[in-house]
Amino acid sequence: MSSRSPVPAAERPGESLRLIEVKVAENQEIAPGIFRVAFPRPWDFFPGQTIALSTDPSIPARYYSIASGCHDPVVEILYDLVPEGLLTPRMAGLGAGDTLLSSEPFGAFLDGDGASLWIAAGTGVAPFASMARSGMVEDKTLVQGSRTLAGLYLRGYFSSVLGARYVPCCSTESAAGVFSGRSTAWISSAALPDAERVLLCGGSRMVVDARDALIARGVPFERVISEIYF
Amino acid sequence: MGAAVKSLFGATLESLGQVAAEAGLPAYGARQLSDWLYRKHATGFQDMLNIPSRAREWLSQRYTVDTPGPVKVTESKDGTKKYLFPAAGGGFVEAAWIPEGKRATLCLSVQVGCKMGCLFCMTGKQGFQAHLSAGEILNQYRSLPERDSVTNIVYMGMGEPMDNLTNVLESLEVLCSPDAYGLSPSRITVSTIGLIPAMEQFLERTRCHLAISMHSPFDEERRRLMPVENVYPLKDVLAALRKRSWGRQRRVSFEYIMFNGVNDTDRHAREVARILEGIRCRVNLIPFHPIPATPLAPSPRDTMERFEQELKRRGILTTIRQSRGLDISAACGMLSTRELVRVRGEQE
Repeated sequence: MSSRSPVPAAERPGESLRLIEVKVAENQEIAPGIFRVAFPRPWDFFPGQTIALSTDPSIPARYYSIASGCHDPVVEILYDLVPEGLLTPRMAGLGAGDTLLSSEPFGAFLDGDGASLWIAAGTGVAPFASMARSGMVEDKTLVQGSRTLAGLYLRGYFSSVLGARYVPCCSTESAAGVFSGRSTAWISSAALPDAERVLLCGGSRMVVDARDALIARGVPFERVISEIYF
Repeated sequence: MGAAVKSLFGATLESLGQVAAEAGLPAYGARQLSDWLYRKHATGFQDMLNIPSRAREWLSQRYTVDTPGPVKVTESKDGTKKYLFPAAGGGFVEAAWIPEGKRATLCLSVQVGCKMGCLFCMTGKQGFQAHLSAGEILNQYRSLPERDSVTNIVYMGMGEPMDNLTNVLESLEVLCSPDAYGLSPSRITVSTIGLIPAMEQFLERTRCHLAISMHSPFDEERRRLMPVENVYPLKDVLAALRKRSWGRQRRVSFEYIMFNGVNDTDRHAREVARILEGIRCRVNLIPFHPIPATPLAPSPRDTMERFEQELKRRGILTTIRQSRGLDISAACGMLSTRELVRVRGEQE
């Protein structure tokens, strides 16, 4: 059953880049170099949407997909710590009660009713976490790729809500129930589920490779929607 | 010394001023350095004879001004040449020199690879490897054998200029500064897929022309071709452009690669004309140069002409770009990808 929140407060990034202060509820490292930050939800949003975050008006905001459900009391974001970056080292140092600057949600990487194949790597799993946590689990299949088992964020959660329609893929470590290899190898070799649409999210390399693999398997490109983190 | 020697090539006048001050040069030292770097094409500080020898010695211990030339050139039957330059991480970037009558256009790259993942783009298949520095961007001009015959420069090669804005702006400053290359901004066009915040900064800070990659007027369809549509939809790009006046001094154009049966119908032409209403602009229809394993095919010539006529009939200045360099991997990113594959193959 898919579920959507009321109309989001902002649809246009130009308008949404007005940043408001929010208070950090939680900020923790969930895997080496990967953090989860949460703050009380100040607006409605569609699962799959994005916000701009910064710690200070002098630091350019960067965009992050929302990972929490649209009815959850907090907004949750996953981010990679980029040691040489301007923003994420500061974000990583925030604790509960500290101030973070957030835009309103925007973006159109959205799913709908019907069967979908979701493919993600790294923090690109965030929009699919948001969709699943918003109740969009029926007929949804998630293929999550990672180099390490630790990088399969929310593996337990996805296993519990998607069951056999959750396909974790790991290219350097093995574990029971985890496909050994890259997600593109799974796409190239597995029986693909019937899906009205395929949603891809992650870094450009993964998205482009996965899209090429899907097209090689005969998936019409019109069915493939990509969200690239840049 | 022990410290790494940095390249001074690509530095703006302001940066050269800081270097000149540190080198103990007078205030006009920055202009002297700029003159040697960009007008006299010095390849070493020993050439800079109006700079005191002690300062030259100080500079040469900390900086270099030499730049690598192209490692490969391929020439088309139509006169187009593609130059390959080495780049960070063992990759390559392409610069295309496109002569046409009295006009000669140089197409520059700004990144090694690209993050934007457009479905039709070969560069995107390389993934993103690195931003080019201002010096690396400018070196594609400096090291071009045909440099003195270049009439126009377009930032339409590998990479998304607005994703490397700082270095693109610095390179434009050097190209347009009367103390450096002194080119007119009206000879320079910078292309973007529509990263709005950076595009607005570009429009504030330069007077160069802007080209927007449109490729479809329908957001759902454009989303399939260009993932950026999720975050920066075309309608918002157009809204940002409408806030500005577009006169004779500065031009905005829309690039439209034509894919057979995808974006080349009368319905598309009507919608392109509708959404561009009120924006003084031109549309360039571009033949698609197929890339390996693409699900897209080029539109037939007569379809392109019909599309052109439909836009013209609706008052949109429209041209069909000529295909150039078809025999030398015309699609942007093809040549560098092949070279990358070849070099990596040799290394393995």
